[in-house]
Amino acid sequence: MRHHAAAGIATGVGVTAISVDRLAVSFGGNEGGITALQDVNFEVPEGGFVTMLGPSGCGKSTLLRAIADLVPTSAGDIRVFGRTPEQSRLARDFAFVFQDPTLLPWRSAIDNVRLPMEVGRRSGGELERHAEPEELLALVGLEGREDALPDELSGGMRQRVSIARALVHKPRVLLMDEPFGALDEITRDKLNEELLRIWRETGTTIMFVTHSVPEAAFLGRKCLVLSAQPGRVRGYVDIDLAEPRQLSVRDTLEFVQITSHLRSLLEVEQ
Amino acid sequence: MKAASLGNRRALAANGAVASGRMEKWRHRAPAIAAAVGLLLLWQLIVSGFGVPTYIAPSPVQVMEVFANQGNILWINFWPTLMEAAAGFALGNTIAVVLAVWFVHSQLAERAFYPIAVFVNTIPIIAIAPILVLMLGNGYAPKIVIAALICFFPTLVNMVRGLKSVSPQMLDLMRVLSASESEVLWKIRLQSSLPFLFAALKIASTTCVIGAIVGEWIGSNYGLGSLIIEATYNFRAPLLYATVILGAGMAVAAFTATSLIERRVLKWKPGNVI
Repeated sequence: MRHHAAAGIATGVGVTAISVDRLAVSFGGNEGGITALQDVNFEVPEGGFVTMLGPSGCGKSTLLRAIADLVPTSAGDIRVFGRTPEQSRLARDFAFVFQDPTLLPWRSAIDNVRLPMEVGRRSGGELERHAEPEELLALVGLEGREDALPDELSGGMRQRVSIARALVHKPRVLLMDEPFGALDEITRDKLNEELLRIWRETGTTIMFVTHSVPEAAFLGRKCLVLSAQPGRVRGYVDIDLAEPRQLSVRDTLEFVQITSHLRSLLEVEQ
Repeated sequence: MKAASLGNRRALAANGAVASGRMEKWRHRAPAIAAAVGLLLLWQLIVSGFGVPTYIAPSPVQVMEVFANQGNILWINFWPTLMEAAAGFALGNTIAVVLAVWFVHSQLAERAFYPIAVFVNTIPIIAIAPILVLMLGNGYAPKIVIAALICFFPTLVNMVRGLKSVSPQMLDLMRVLSASESEVLWKIRLQSSLPFLFAALKIASTTCVIGAIVGEWIGSNYGLGSLIIEATYNFRAPLLYATVILGAGMAVAAFTATSLIERRVLKWKPGNVI
Protein backbone atom coordinates (compact mmCIF):
# COMPACT_ATOMS: atom_id res chain seq x y z
CA MET A 1 0.00 0.00 0.00
CA ARG A 2 2.88 2.27 0.82
CA HIS A 3 4.11 2.37 -2.77
CA HIS A 4 1.41 4.80 -3.90
CA ALA A 5 2.79 7.55 -1.72
CA ALA A 6 6.37 6.59 -2.49
CA ALA A 7 5.73 6.87 -6.24
CA GLY A 8 4.65 10.48 -5.87
CA ILE A 9 7.77 11.36 -3.94
CA ALA A 10 10.11 9.40 -6.20
CA THR A 11 9.07 11.24 -9.35
CA GLY A 12 9.51 14.48 -7.50
CA VAL A 13 6.35 15.79 -9.11
CA GLY A 14 3.12 15.78 -7.14
CA VAL A 15 0.78 13.40 -8.97
CA THR A 16 -2.81 14.56 -8.96
CA ALA A 17 -5.13 12.04 -7.36
CA ILE A 18 -8.43 13.85 -7.83
CA SER A 19 -9.12 16.76 -10.11
CA VAL A 20 -12.47 18.49 -10.24
CA ASP A 21 -12.99 21.00 -13.04
CA ARG A 22 -15.95 23.42 -13.31
CA LEU A 23 -18.20 20.79 -11.77
CA ALA A 24 -21.95 21.36 -11.47
CA VAL A 25 -24.51 18.97 -10.03
CA SER A 26 -28.22 19.64 -10.05
CA PHE A 27 -31.20 17.52 -9.10
CA GLY A 28 -34.67 17.38 -10.61
CA GLY A 29 -33.88 18.42 -14.18
CA ASN A 30 -32.32 21.62 -15.47
CA GLU A 31 -35.39 23.84 -15.20
CA GLY A 32 -36.74 24.36 -11.72
CA GLY A 33 -34.33 21.82 -10.29
CA ILE A 34 -32.07 22.35 -7.31
CA THR A 35 -28.47 23.24 -8.05
CA ALA A 36 -26.43 21.44 -5.42
CA LEU A 37 -22.98 22.35 -6.71
CA GLN A 38 -21.81 25.04 -9.10
CA ASP A 39 -18.45 25.81 -10.67
CA VAL A 40 -16.42 23.70 -8.26
CA ASN A 41 -12.71 23.50 -9.03
CA PHE A 42 -9.95 21.90 -6.98
CA GLU A 43 -7.23 19.27 -7.06
CA VAL A 44 -6.11 16.74 -4.49
CA PRO A 45 -2.46 15.63 -4.68
CA GLU A 46 -1.62 11.96 -4.38
CA GLY A 47 -1.12 10.96 -0.77
CA GLY A 48 -2.87 14.11 0.41
CA PHE A 49 -5.41 14.43 3.16
CA VAL A 50 -8.11 16.93 2.25
CA THR A 51 -11.01 17.73 4.54
CA MET A 52 -14.19 19.24 3.21
CA LEU A 53 -16.07 21.66 5.42
CA GLY A 54 -19.35 23.46 4.95
CA PRO A 55 -22.75 24.17 6.44
CA SER A 56 -25.30 21.39 6.22
CA GLY A 57 -26.94 21.22 2.83
CA CYS A 58 -23.98 22.81 1.06
CA GLY A 59 -23.47 19.75 -1.11
CA LYS A 60 -20.26 18.44 0.42
CA SER A 61 -21.68 14.92 0.56
CA THR A 62 -22.96 15.37 -2.99
CA LEU A 63 -19.47 16.32 -4.12
CA LEU A 64 -18.00 13.24 -2.50
CA ARG A 65 -20.74 11.07 -3.99
CA ALA A 66 -20.13 12.56 -7.44
CA ILE A 67 -16.46 11.57 -7.20
CA ALA A 68 -17.61 8.08 -6.16
CA ASP A 69 -19.92 7.78 -9.19
CA LEU A 70 -22.98 7.66 -6.92
CA VAL A 71 -24.43 10.94 -8.25
CA PRO A 72 -24.50 11.96 -11.93
CA THR A 73 -22.87 15.27 -12.77
CA SER A 74 -24.57 18.01 -14.80
CA ALA A 75 -21.50 19.79 -16.13
CA GLY A 76 -17.75 19.84 -15.75
CA ASP A 77 -15.31 17.02 -15.25
CA ILE A 78 -14.08 14.75 -12.47
CA ARG A 79 -10.91 12.67 -12.79
CA VAL A 80 -9.51 10.16 -10.35
CA PHE A 81 -5.95 9.38 -11.40
CA GLY A 82 -6.92 10.49 -14.90
CA ARG A 83 -9.95 8.22 -15.10
CA THR A 84 -13.65 9.04 -15.00
CA PRO A 85 -15.49 8.16 -11.79
CA GLU A 86 -17.10 5.15 -13.49
CA GLN A 87 -13.78 3.81 -14.77
CA SER A 88 -12.13 4.26 -11.42
CA ARG A 89 -15.08 2.64 -9.64
CA LEU A 90 -14.74 -0.43 -11.87
CA ALA A 91 -10.98 -0.41 -11.28
CA ARG A 92 -11.57 -0.14 -7.51
CA ASP A 93 -9.39 2.96 -7.34
CA PHE A 94 -11.39 4.37 -4.48
CA ALA A 95 -13.32 3.13 -1.45
CA PHE A 96 -16.11 4.85 0.41
CA VAL A 97 -16.72 5.09 4.15
CA PHE A 98 -20.25 6.14 5.08
CA GLN A 99 -21.54 7.97 8.12
CA ASP A 100 -23.08 4.71 9.37
CA PRO A 101 -20.79 1.69 9.47
CA THR A 102 -23.16 -0.10 7.04
CA LEU A 103 -22.12 -3.55 8.21
CA LEU A 104 -24.06 -6.73 7.53
CA PRO A 105 -25.40 -7.74 10.96
CA TRP A 106 -25.22 -11.48 10.22
CA ARG A 107 -21.55 -11.37 9.29
CA SER A 108 -18.67 -11.34 11.74
CA ALA A 109 -16.20 -8.45 11.66
CA ILE A 110 -13.76 -10.38 9.48
CA ASP A 111 -16.48 -11.51 7.06
CA ASN A 112 -17.68 -7.94 6.74
CA VAL A 113 -14.15 -6.93 5.80
CA ARG A 114 -14.13 -9.70 3.17
CA LEU A 115 -17.36 -8.52 1.53
CA PRO A 116 -15.65 -6.38 -1.15
CA MET A 117 -13.61 -9.44 -2.21
CA GLU A 118 -16.79 -11.40 -2.89
CA VAL A 119 -18.72 -9.00 -5.10
CA GLY A 120 -18.17 -6.92 -8.22
CA ARG A 121 -16.78 -9.58 -10.55
CA ARG A 122 -17.45 -7.11 -13.37
CA SER A 123 -14.37 -5.23 -12.30
CA GLY A 124 -12.37 -8.31 -13.27
CA GLY A 125 -8.66 -8.61 -12.52
CA GLU A 126 -8.64 -5.78 -10.00
CA LEU A 127 -10.30 -8.14 -7.51
CA GLU A 128 -7.05 -10.05 -7.11
CA ARG A 129 -5.35 -7.07 -5.49
CA HIS A 130 -6.26 -7.19 -1.84
CA ALA A 131 -4.83 -6.89 1.63
CA GLU A 132 -5.19 -9.59 4.29
CA PRO A 133 -8.43 -8.99 6.23
CA GLU A 134 -6.76 -10.15 9.48
CA GLU A 135 -3.98 -7.61 9.08
CA LEU A 136 -6.47 -4.85 8.32
CA LEU A 137 -8.44 -5.56 11.49
CA ALA A 138 -5.17 -5.39 13.40
CA LEU A 139 -4.36 -2.10 11.63
CA VAL A 140 -7.61 -0.57 12.88
CA GLY A 141 -7.01 -1.93 16.38
CA LEU A 142 -9.49 -4.81 16.39
CA GLU A 143 -7.10 -7.73 16.84
CA GLY A 144 -8.89 -10.61 18.56
CA ARG A 145 -12.36 -9.34 17.67
CA GLU A 146 -12.45 -10.97 14.22
CA ASP A 147 -15.40 -13.23 14.97
CA ALA A 148 -17.55 -10.69 16.79
CA LEU A 149 -20.89 -9.85 15.23
CA PRO A 150 -21.56 -6.12 14.65
CA ASP A 151 -24.06 -5.89 17.49
CA GLU A 152 -21.42 -7.16 19.89
CA LEU A 153 -19.19 -4.20 18.98
CA SER A 154 -19.43 -0.58 20.08
CA GLY A 155 -20.22 2.21 17.63
CA GLY A 156 -16.55 3.17 17.34
CA MET A 157 -15.48 -0.43 16.74
CA ARG A 158 -18.10 -0.85 14.02
CA GLN A 159 -16.75 2.20 12.24
CA ARG A 160 -13.25 0.72 12.54
CA VAL A 161 -14.53 -2.43 10.82
CA SER A 162 -15.97 -0.33 8.04
CA ILE A 163 -12.63 1.46 7.59
CA ALA A 164 -10.86 -1.92 7.43
CA ARG A 165 -13.40 -3.04 4.83
CA ALA A 166 -12.72 0.10 2.79
CA LEU A 167 -8.98 -0.68 2.79
CA VAL A 168 -9.28 -4.29 1.68
CA HIS A 169 -8.66 -3.52 -2.00
CA LYS A 170 -5.77 -1.18 -1.26
CA PRO A 171 -7.66 1.80 -2.65
CA ARG A 172 -5.60 4.71 -3.94
CA VAL A 173 -8.27 7.10 -2.66
CA LEU A 174 -10.40 6.85 0.46
CA LEU A 175 -13.61 8.91 0.37
CA MET A 176 -15.06 9.43 3.85
CA ASP A 177 -18.47 10.99 4.39
CA GLU A 178 -18.69 12.21 8.00
CA PRO A 179 -17.55 8.79 9.24
CA PHE A 180 -17.25 9.87 12.88
CA GLY A 181 -20.30 12.16 12.93
CA ALA A 182 -22.41 9.78 14.99
CA LEU A 183 -19.74 9.03 17.60
CA ASP A 184 -19.16 10.62 20.99
CA GLU A 185 -16.32 13.11 21.28
CA ILE A 186 -13.88 10.86 23.13
CA THR A 187 -14.24 8.03 20.61
CA ARG A 188 -14.04 10.57 17.82
CA ASP A 189 -10.74 12.01 19.09
CA LYS A 190 -9.28 8.52 19.33
CA LEU A 191 -10.40 7.59 15.83
CA ASN A 192 -9.10 10.89 14.45
CA GLU A 193 -5.62 10.06 15.74
CA GLU A 194 -5.85 6.51 14.45
CA LEU A 195 -7.03 7.64 11.05
CA LEU A 196 -3.92 9.82 10.75
CA ARG A 197 -1.77 6.84 11.70
CA ILE A 198 -3.54 4.64 9.12
CA TRP A 199 -3.09 7.37 6.52
CA ARG A 200 0.64 7.58 7.25
CA GLU A 201 1.02 3.78 7.17
CA THR A 202 -0.92 3.20 3.95
CA GLY A 203 -0.14 6.34 1.97
CA THR A 204 -3.71 6.43 0.71
CA THR A 205 -5.13 9.74 -0.49
CA ILE A 206 -8.04 10.72 1.76
CA MET A 207 -10.97 13.05 1.19
CA PHE A 208 -12.90 13.55 4.38
CA VAL A 209 -16.24 15.36 4.76
CA THR A 210 -17.07 16.83 8.15
CA HIS A 211 -19.09 19.64 9.67
CA SER A 212 -16.75 19.98 12.62
CA VAL A 213 -14.24 22.82 12.24
CA PRO A 214 -11.68 21.37 14.70
CA GLU A 215 -11.89 17.97 13.04
CA ALA A 216 -11.35 19.51 9.61
CA ALA A 217 -8.33 21.44 10.86
CA PHE A 218 -6.82 18.58 12.84
CA LEU A 219 -7.05 15.97 10.09
CA GLY A 220 -6.55 17.90 6.88
CA ARG A 221 -3.34 19.01 5.20
CA LYS A 222 -5.70 21.09 3.15
CA CYS A 223 -9.27 22.10 3.86
CA LEU A 224 -11.85 22.78 1.17
CA VAL A 225 -14.50 25.17 2.49
CA LEU A 226 -17.84 25.17 0.66
CA SER A 227 -20.67 27.68 0.80
CA ALA A 228 -24.30 26.68 0.72
CA GLN A 229 -26.96 26.78 -2.00
CA PRO A 230 -25.53 26.34 -4.44
CA GLY A 231 -22.33 24.79 -3.14
CA ARG A 232 -19.29 26.74 -4.29
CA VAL A 233 -15.69 26.69 -3.17
CA ARG A 234 -15.30 29.40 -0.56
CA GLY A 235 -11.65 28.67 0.08
CA TYR A 236 -8.98 25.97 -0.19
CA VAL A 237 -6.85 26.45 2.87
CA ASP A 238 -3.40 24.96 3.55
CA ILE A 239 -3.06 23.72 7.09
CA ASP A 240 0.51 23.74 8.35
CA LEU A 241 0.84 22.18 11.78
CA ALA A 242 3.59 20.24 13.51
CA GLU A 243 3.93 16.67 12.22
CA PRO A 244 3.10 14.01 13.19
CA ARG A 245 -0.01 15.61 14.57
CA GLN A 246 -1.13 14.84 18.05
CA LEU A 247 -4.34 15.82 19.79
CA SER A 248 -2.46 18.36 21.89
CA VAL A 249 -1.84 20.42 18.75
CA ARG A 250 -5.40 21.62 19.15
CA ASP A 251 -4.36 23.67 22.17
CA THR A 252 -1.73 25.66 20.25
CA LEU A 253 -2.17 29.20 19.03
CA GLU A 254 -1.56 28.20 15.40
CA PHE A 255 -4.41 25.72 15.57
CA VAL A 256 -6.80 28.30 16.99
CA GLN A 257 -5.75 30.75 14.26
CA ILE A 258 -6.48 28.15 11.59
CA THR A 259 -9.87 27.24 13.01
CA SER A 260 -10.89 30.89 13.36
CA HIS A 261 -9.84 31.46 9.75
CA LEU A 262 -11.95 28.48 8.65
CA ARG A 263 -14.88 29.79 10.68
CA SER A 264 -14.58 33.22 9.12
CA LEU A 265 -14.77 31.60 5.68
CA LEU A 266 -17.92 29.75 6.73
CA GLU A 267 -19.54 32.88 8.09
CA VAL A 268 -19.15 35.04 4.98
CA GLU A 269 -22.56 36.14 3.81
CA GLN A 270 -23.43 35.33 0.25
CA MET B 1 -15.18 -3.06 27.72
CA LYS B 2 -18.81 -3.31 26.73
CA ALA B 3 -18.03 -5.87 24.10
CA ALA B 4 -15.95 -7.90 26.55
CA SER B 5 -18.76 -8.04 29.08
CA LEU B 6 -21.16 -9.11 26.35
CA GLY B 7 -18.81 -11.93 25.49
CA ASN B 8 -18.64 -12.93 29.15
CA ARG B 9 -22.39 -12.97 29.40
CA ARG B 10 -22.54 -15.30 26.42
CA ALA B 11 -20.02 -17.64 27.96
CA LEU B 12 -21.93 -17.62 31.24
CA ALA B 13 -25.18 -18.44 29.50
CA ALA B 14 -23.44 -21.30 27.76
CA ASN B 15 -22.01 -22.88 30.90
CA GLY B 16 -23.18 -22.54 34.47
CA ALA B 17 -26.40 -20.66 33.92
CA VAL B 18 -28.14 -23.48 32.04
CA ALA B 19 -29.65 -25.15 35.10
CA SER B 20 -30.92 -21.96 36.70
CA GLY B 21 -32.19 -20.89 33.28
CA ARG B 22 -34.32 -24.01 33.09
CA MET B 23 -35.76 -23.33 36.54
CA GLU B 24 -36.55 -19.81 35.44
CA LYS B 25 -38.33 -21.14 32.36
CA TRP B 26 -40.58 -23.40 34.43
CA ARG B 27 -41.33 -20.62 36.87
CA HIS B 28 -42.27 -18.52 33.88
CA ARG B 29 -44.59 -21.15 32.45
CA ALA B 30 -46.15 -22.32 35.71
CA PRO B 31 -49.07 -19.81 35.71
CA ALA B 32 -50.15 -20.80 32.19
CA ILE B 33 -50.02 -24.52 33.03
CA ALA B 34 -51.91 -24.03 36.28
CA ALA B 35 -54.58 -21.96 34.52
CA ALA B 36 -55.05 -24.57 31.79
CA VAL B 37 -55.36 -27.42 34.29
CA GLY B 38 -57.79 -25.33 36.37
CA LEU B 39 -60.01 -24.60 33.36
CA LEU B 40 -60.10 -28.28 32.39
CA LEU B 41 -61.13 -29.20 35.94
CA LEU B 42 -63.84 -26.51 35.89
CA TRP B 43 -65.13 -27.83 32.56
CA GLN B 44 -65.26 -31.38 33.93
CA LEU B 45 -67.09 -30.20 37.09
CA ILE B 46 -69.70 -28.19 35.15
CA VAL B 47 -70.43 -30.96 32.63
CA SER B 48 -70.80 -33.71 35.25
CA GLY B 49 -72.29 -31.46 37.96
CA PHE B 50 -75.12 -30.08 35.78
CA GLY B 51 -75.58 -33.31 33.83
CA VAL B 52 -74.94 -31.74 30.39
CA PRO B 53 -75.75 -34.31 27.66
CA THR B 54 -72.68 -35.67 25.89
CA TYR B 55 -73.89 -34.62 22.39
CA ILE B 56 -74.04 -30.97 23.52
CA ALA B 57 -70.72 -30.85 25.34
CA PRO B 58 -68.58 -33.82 26.30
CA SER B 59 -66.42 -33.76 29.39
CA PRO B 60 -62.59 -33.71 29.14
CA VAL B 61 -62.54 -37.30 30.37
CA GLN B 62 -64.85 -38.41 27.56
CA VAL B 63 -62.62 -36.65 25.02
CA MET B 64 -59.58 -38.34 26.52
CA GLU B 65 -61.34 -41.70 26.15
CA VAL B 66 -61.64 -41.09 22.41
CA PHE B 67 -57.89 -40.66 22.20
CA ALA B 68 -57.43 -43.91 24.12
CA ASN B 69 -60.08 -46.07 22.41
CA GLN B 70 -60.51 -44.57 18.93
CA GLY B 71 -56.94 -43.44 18.40
CA ASN B 72 -56.79 -45.47 15.22
CA ILE B 73 -59.51 -43.48 13.39
CA LEU B 74 -57.87 -40.20 14.49
CA TRP B 75 -54.47 -41.36 13.36
CA ILE B 76 -55.65 -42.59 9.94
CA ASN B 77 -57.15 -39.17 9.26
CA PHE B 78 -54.24 -37.23 10.77
CA TRP B 79 -51.65 -38.15 8.13
CA PRO B 80 -53.50 -37.00 4.99
CA THR B 81 -54.21 -33.62 6.58
CA LEU B 82 -50.60 -33.23 7.69
CA MET B 83 -49.40 -34.16 4.21
CA GLU B 84 -51.74 -31.64 2.54
CA ALA B 85 -50.85 -28.89 5.00
CA ALA B 86 -47.10 -29.49 4.55
CA ALA B 87 -47.32 -29.65 0.76
CA GLY B 88 -49.49 -26.53 0.69
CA PHE B 89 -47.04 -24.75 3.01
CA ALA B 90 -44.11 -25.60 0.73
CA LEU B 91 -45.96 -24.73 -2.48
CA GLY B 92 -47.56 -21.47 -1.31
CA ASN B 93 -44.43 -20.10 0.33
CA THR B 94 -42.13 -21.07 -2.53
CA ILE B 95 -44.34 -19.30 -5.06
CA ALA B 96 -44.61 -16.28 -2.75
CA VAL B 97 -40.82 -16.03 -2.31
CA VAL B 98 -40.14 -16.41 -6.03
CA LEU B 99 -42.79 -13.81 -6.89
CA ALA B 100 -41.41 -11.42 -4.25
CA VAL B 101 -37.92 -11.68 -5.75
CA TRP B 102 -39.42 -10.97 -9.18
CA PHE B 103 -41.40 -7.99 -7.87
CA VAL B 104 -38.33 -6.47 -6.27
CA HIS B 105 -36.40 -6.67 -9.53
CA SER B 106 -39.19 -5.62 -11.87
CA GLN B 107 -41.43 -2.68 -11.06
CA LEU B 108 -43.56 -3.63 -14.04
CA ALA B 109 -44.22 -7.09 -12.66
CA GLU B 110 -45.04 -5.66 -9.25
CA ARG B 111 -47.47 -3.12 -10.72
CA ALA B 112 -49.11 -5.77 -12.89
CA PHE B 113 -49.52 -8.64 -10.45
CA TYR B 114 -49.59 -7.16 -6.95
CA PRO B 115 -53.20 -5.91 -7.30
CA ILE B 116 -54.24 -9.34 -8.56
CA ALA B 117 -52.58 -10.97 -5.56
CA VAL B 118 -54.47 -8.60 -3.28
CA PHE B 119 -57.73 -9.40 -5.07
CA VAL B 120 -57.24 -13.16 -4.77
CA ASN B 121 -56.49 -12.69 -1.11
CA THR B 122 -59.78 -10.88 -0.49
CA ILE B 123 -61.90 -13.83 -1.70
CA PRO B 124 -62.80 -15.91 1.35
CA ILE B 125 -61.02 -19.25 1.27
CA ILE B 126 -64.29 -21.02 1.98
CA ALA B 127 -65.67 -19.56 -1.27
CA ILE B 128 -62.66 -20.61 -3.34
CA ALA B 129 -62.72 -24.18 -2.02
CA PRO B 130 -65.75 -25.38 -4.08
CA ILE B 131 -64.32 -23.79 -7.22
CA LEU B 132 -61.06 -25.67 -6.73
CA VAL B 133 -62.86 -28.95 -6.04
CA LEU B 134 -64.72 -28.53 -9.34
CA MET B 135 -61.46 -27.80 -11.12
CA LEU B 136 -59.14 -30.31 -9.50
CA GLY B 137 -61.45 -33.11 -8.40
CA ASN B 138 -61.71 -34.95 -5.15
CA GLY B 139 -58.13 -35.95 -4.45
CA TYR B 140 -55.26 -34.30 -2.60
CA ALA B 141 -54.75 -31.58 -5.20
CA PRO B 142 -57.53 -29.10 -4.24
CA LYS B 143 -56.65 -29.35 -0.53
CA ILE B 144 -52.99 -28.68 -1.20
CA VAL B 145 -53.88 -25.71 -3.40
CA ILE B 146 -56.20 -24.27 -0.73
CA ALA B 147 -53.51 -24.66 1.92
CA ALA B 148 -51.03 -23.03 -0.46
CA LEU B 149 -53.38 -20.14 -1.21
CA ILE B 150 -53.90 -19.37 2.44
CA CYS B 151 -50.09 -19.30 3.05
CA PHE B 152 -49.30 -17.36 -0.06
CA PHE B 153 -50.37 -13.80 0.62
CA PRO B 154 -48.82 -13.03 4.03
CA THR B 155 -45.52 -14.45 2.81
CA LEU B 156 -45.63 -12.43 -0.42
CA VAL B 157 -46.29 -9.15 1.40
CA ASN B 158 -43.66 -9.79 4.08
CA MET B 159 -41.06 -11.05 1.64
CA VAL B 160 -41.41 -8.02 -0.63
CA ARG B 161 -40.97 -5.78 2.41
CA GLY B 162 -38.06 -7.84 3.65
CA LEU B 163 -36.22 -7.78 0.32
CA LYS B 164 -36.68 -4.02 0.21
CA SER B 165 -35.54 -3.52 3.81
CA VAL B 166 -31.92 -2.97 2.74
CA SER B 167 -30.68 0.49 3.75
CA PRO B 168 -29.93 3.00 0.94
CA GLN B 169 -26.36 3.24 2.25
CA MET B 170 -25.89 -0.50 1.89
CA LEU B 171 -27.06 -0.22 -1.72
CA ASP B 172 -24.63 2.69 -2.23
CA LEU B 173 -21.85 0.52 -0.84
CA MET B 174 -22.73 -2.27 -3.25
CA ARG B 175 -22.72 0.23 -6.12
CA VAL B 176 -19.29 1.53 -5.15
CA LEU B 177 -18.17 -2.11 -5.20
CA SER B 178 -19.72 -2.50 -8.69
CA ALA B 179 -21.83 -5.39 -7.42
CA SER B 180 -24.41 -6.88 -9.78
CA GLU B 181 -28.13 -7.18 -9.00
CA SER B 182 -27.80 -10.91 -8.36
CA GLU B 183 -24.89 -10.32 -5.97
CA VAL B 184 -27.01 -7.81 -4.08
CA LEU B 185 -29.81 -10.38 -3.97
CA TRP B 186 -27.69 -13.28 -2.72
CA LYS B 187 -25.33 -11.38 -0.42
CA ILE B 188 -27.67 -8.74 1.00
CA ARG B 189 -31.36 -8.90 0.20
CA LEU B 190 -32.14 -12.54 0.99
CA GLN B 191 -30.39 -12.42 4.37
CA SER B 192 -32.02 -9.08 5.24
CA SER B 193 -35.44 -10.52 4.42
CA LEU B 194 -35.09 -13.52 6.76
CA PRO B 195 -36.71 -11.88 9.84
CA PHE B 196 -39.65 -10.85 7.65
CA LEU B 197 -39.82 -14.26 6.00
CA PHE B 198 -39.90 -16.09 9.32
CA ALA B 199 -42.63 -13.79 10.65
CA ALA B 200 -44.70 -14.84 7.62
CA LEU B 201 -43.74 -18.52 7.87
CA LYS B 202 -44.92 -18.61 11.47
CA ILE B 203 -48.32 -17.35 10.36
CA ALA B 204 -48.33 -19.77 7.42
CA SER B 205 -47.40 -22.75 9.60
CA THR B 206 -50.76 -22.49 11.40
CA THR B 207 -52.94 -21.26 8.54
CA CYS B 208 -51.85 -24.08 6.21
CA VAL B 209 -53.49 -26.54 8.63
CA ILE B 210 -56.69 -24.47 8.50
CA GLY B 211 -56.49 -24.51 4.70
CA ALA B 212 -56.14 -28.29 4.54
CA ILE B 213 -59.05 -28.83 6.97
CA VAL B 214 -61.33 -26.38 5.12
CA GLY B 215 -60.45 -28.14 1.86
CA GLU B 216 -61.51 -31.45 3.38
CA TRP B 217 -64.90 -30.09 4.40
CA ILE B 218 -65.91 -29.95 0.77
CA GLY B 219 -66.16 -33.30 -0.90
CA SER B 220 -63.73 -35.49 0.96
CA ASN B 221 -63.98 -38.77 2.82
CA TYR B 222 -60.64 -38.68 4.61
CA GLY B 223 -58.65 -36.24 6.74
CA LEU B 224 -59.38 -34.34 9.93
CA GLY B 225 -61.72 -31.97 8.03
CA SER B 226 -64.00 -34.76 6.84
CA LEU B 227 -63.85 -36.36 10.30
CA ILE B 228 -65.07 -33.06 11.80
CA ILE B 229 -68.06 -33.00 9.41
CA GLU B 230 -68.84 -36.69 10.00
CA ALA B 231 -68.64 -36.42 13.79
CA THR B 232 -70.86 -33.31 13.78
CA TYR B 233 -73.62 -34.91 11.67
CA ASN B 234 -73.61 -38.05 13.81
CA PHE B 235 -73.60 -36.14 17.12
CA ARG B 236 -70.34 -37.83 18.11
CA ALA B 237 -69.28 -34.84 20.18
CA PRO B 238 -66.30 -36.48 21.97
CA LEU B 239 -64.84 -37.52 18.59
CA LEU B 240 -65.45 -34.00 17.22
CA TYR B 241 -63.61 -32.43 20.15
CA ALA B 242 -60.75 -34.88 19.89
CA THR B 243 -60.40 -34.15 16.16
CA VAL B 244 -60.37 -30.41 16.75
CA ILE B 245 -57.74 -30.79 19.48
CA LEU B 246 -55.61 -32.94 17.17
CA GLY B 247 -55.88 -30.32 14.40
CA ALA B 248 -54.90 -27.57 16.81
CA GLY B 249 -52.02 -29.73 18.05
CA MET B 250 -50.79 -30.09 14.49
CA ALA B 251 -50.81 -26.30 14.02
CA VAL B 252 -49.01 -25.72 17.34
CA ALA B 253 -46.36 -28.30 16.44
CA ALA B 254 -45.84 -26.66 13.03
CA PHE B 255 -45.54 -23.25 14.68
CA THR B 256 -43.06 -24.53 17.25
CA ALA B 257 -40.96 -26.22 14.56
CA THR B 258 -40.84 -23.00 12.52
CA SER B 259 -39.83 -21.00 15.59
CA LEU B 260 -37.06 -23.47 16.39
CA ILE B 261 -35.71 -23.27 12.84
CA GLU B 262 -35.89 -19.48 13.05
CA ARG B 263 -33.80 -19.50 16.20
CA ARG B 264 -31.24 -21.73 14.49
CA VAL B 265 -31.03 -19.66 11.32
CA LEU B 266 -31.31 -16.14 12.73
CA LYS B 267 -28.31 -15.84 15.02
CA TRP B 268 -28.19 -12.06 14.65
CA LYS B 269 -30.67 -9.70 16.25
CA PRO B 270 -32.80 -8.21 13.49
CA GLY B 271 -33.76 -5.25 15.70
CA ASN B 272 -30.25 -3.80 15.55
CA VAL B 273 -29.77 -3.72 11.80
CA ILE B 274 -26.99 -1.23 11.19
